[in-house]
Amino acid sequence: MSLATQLPALQVAVPLLTAPLLVLLRGPGLAWAAACAASVMAFVIAISLTASVMTTGAISYAMGGWPGPYGIVLEIDALGTLVLLLVTGASTAALLSGRASLGLDIDAGRQHLFYAAWLIVLAGLSGIAITGDAFNVFVFMEISSLATYILIAAGPDRRALTATFKYLIMGTIGATFYLIGVGLVYMMTGTLNFADMESRIADVSDQRPILVAAGFISVGLALKAAVFPLHLWLPGAYTYAPHVVTAFLAACSTKVAIYVLLRFDFFLFQDNLVGHTMQFAVFLVPLAILGILVGSAVAMVESNLKRLLAFSSVAQIGYILLGASFANEAGLTAAVAHMFNHALAKGALFLAVAAIAMRVNGLRLQDIAGIGRRMPLTTAALAVAGASLVGVPGTAGFVSKWLLLQAAFAQGALGIAAVVVVIASSLAAVFYVWRIVECAYFGNAQAPGDAAAVVTEAPLPMLLGLWLVVIANVYFGLAPELPVSLAESAAADLLRHVP
Amino acid sequence: MELFGLFNYWVFALLLMVGFYAVISRPNLIKKLLGLSIFQAAVFLLYITMDKVEGGTAPIIQKGVDDAIYSNPLPQVLILTAIVVGISTLALGLALVVRIYEAYGTIEEDEIQQQDLNR
Repeated sequence: MSLATQLPALQVAVPLLTAPLLVLLRGPGLAWAAACAASVMAFVIAISLTASVMTTGAISYAMGGWPGPYGIVLEIDALGTLVLLLVTGASTAALLSGRASLGLDIDAGRQHLFYAAWLIVLAGLSGIAITGDAFNVFVFMEISSLATYILIAAGPDRRALTATFKYLIMGTIGATFYLIGVGLVYMMTGTLNFADMESRIADVSDQRPILVAAGFISVGLALKAAVFPLHLWLPGAYTYAPHVVTAFLAACSTKVAIYVLLRFDFFLFQDNLVGHTMQFAVFLVPLAILGILVGSAVAMVESNLKRLLAFSSVAQIGYILLGASFANEAGLTAAVAHMFNHALAKGALFLAVAAIAMRVNGLRLQDIAGIGRRMPLTTAALAVAGASLVGVPGTAGFVSKWLLLQAAFAQGALGIAAVVVVIASSLAAVFYVWRIVECAYFGNAQAPGDAAAVVTEAPLPMLLGLWLVVIANVYFGLAPELPVSLAESAAADLLRHVP
Repeated sequence: MELFGLFNYWVFALLLMVGFYAVISRPNLIKKLLGLSIFQAAVFLLYITMDKVEGGTAPIIQKGVDDAIYSNPLPQVLILTAIVVGISTLALGLALVVRIYEAYGTIEEDEIQQQDLNR
């Protein structure tokens, strides 16, 4: 029994068991250090799991030695490791760089509780990415959601509370819909294990409950993933959460829900509902396109920096779904790669926003006017990450957008329409990113003199973390082998039931 | 008898919609949470109904009894977990309502929105 074989269990256990320990560590510095240690460890485990999945293929781990389908099995495949890398990486980068910013947002006496909740979110989200059990997904989803509500409600503005309440209501409805769907599938197949379901569902695919289950699961997860028009919780939650929390959540929480959606739709329902590919596309394409257009349009006119980026997230989720709705290898590769690249770009942008928020009052565009001269390094990072969001060649965002456009071109008439939408939305992204950059570099500070003079560069750990993510954006733009190869094998995996 | 055979499922659907309607139509945050609880309770009923086997008994193996029909215990275990999740959600939601009341002095959604707009 070497430790290496236990890595899948440790992936969840390390953050989950560190969380209660944090409650005992009262000092904020100590709690932060312990949370960082757990998060770094989770990231290292995720990297080593990715390495072994890439060399030897999917890993299956029977929890507690109980074999599937009776016990809970952890199944780690290419798509799962990609999501795992996102979750643990985002948490690590945000925690390591965010201490000073969190110190401003949260009372010193409550920080240990905050970090405990953070680790529970980490455990829940990584649990979803690796579990092979449908009900276990629900449990992990609720573990992470409940802790997420705590993180968001910790925001300094009182509107954080109402935003959290909205998220709590909508998130719970989403999770309950998912639960109903899983119950209906269980009713028909008598199993909760994904692999087992996959083999048994073919016998009952003509039964109506399966169709109803597909509807409940898709809508429930779409709520969790903030698919347009179910995105209403997202802008408020992202805007009023503590800035570092936004960086963490924006990078990974919606992607995890999309991951579960893809798993269900392609592994279970793909082969077993009459005309499922069509239904899936008919359901998702209009929502994806509307999400892209509406999200981009609102982002163009929005003046609060965080809200602007949140609406851009709504549009980016549309890109991911658009790729997935083509239901072919090129489209899914683009979708999965975009999950990775968008997380990099958005994570970096929100970290930069967190750095700026430490030095200026308010995050409206006029508040950051002229910040480029006071905080050159942070603003440069913001600009590069913005370029990645737009999809400028040489950054990560370009790679997946290019893949998406290629996939769309192969789709005929509908594909051309999709290409037009993607290009229009990219132009919108150029516009709103330029608005930020223009304001930051060329805007004139409204209150010159003493107020602007005290604005200095963000603290060093923040800058280091921020630039690390920005460099990752450029690195994966120039050498995209890792995400693209993971995305390709994930796409091949997802499409194993497509004739 | 078809209709009566599906009685529990009708109640499930009815409860689900009653809860959902309360969530979307009531401006009072506590009433919203009550609606959410009814919404979740409906799902408990769905799970408990599906495990019932006609004439089935508790799944305990006894000596000398080998022709017993057992009800499926798994959905009951699952729903035990879901009940715990529901309670946690309700507790967290109520805690949030307390803090919203401290911050705004009201728990009516329209008044809260009004206050945010006036700032």
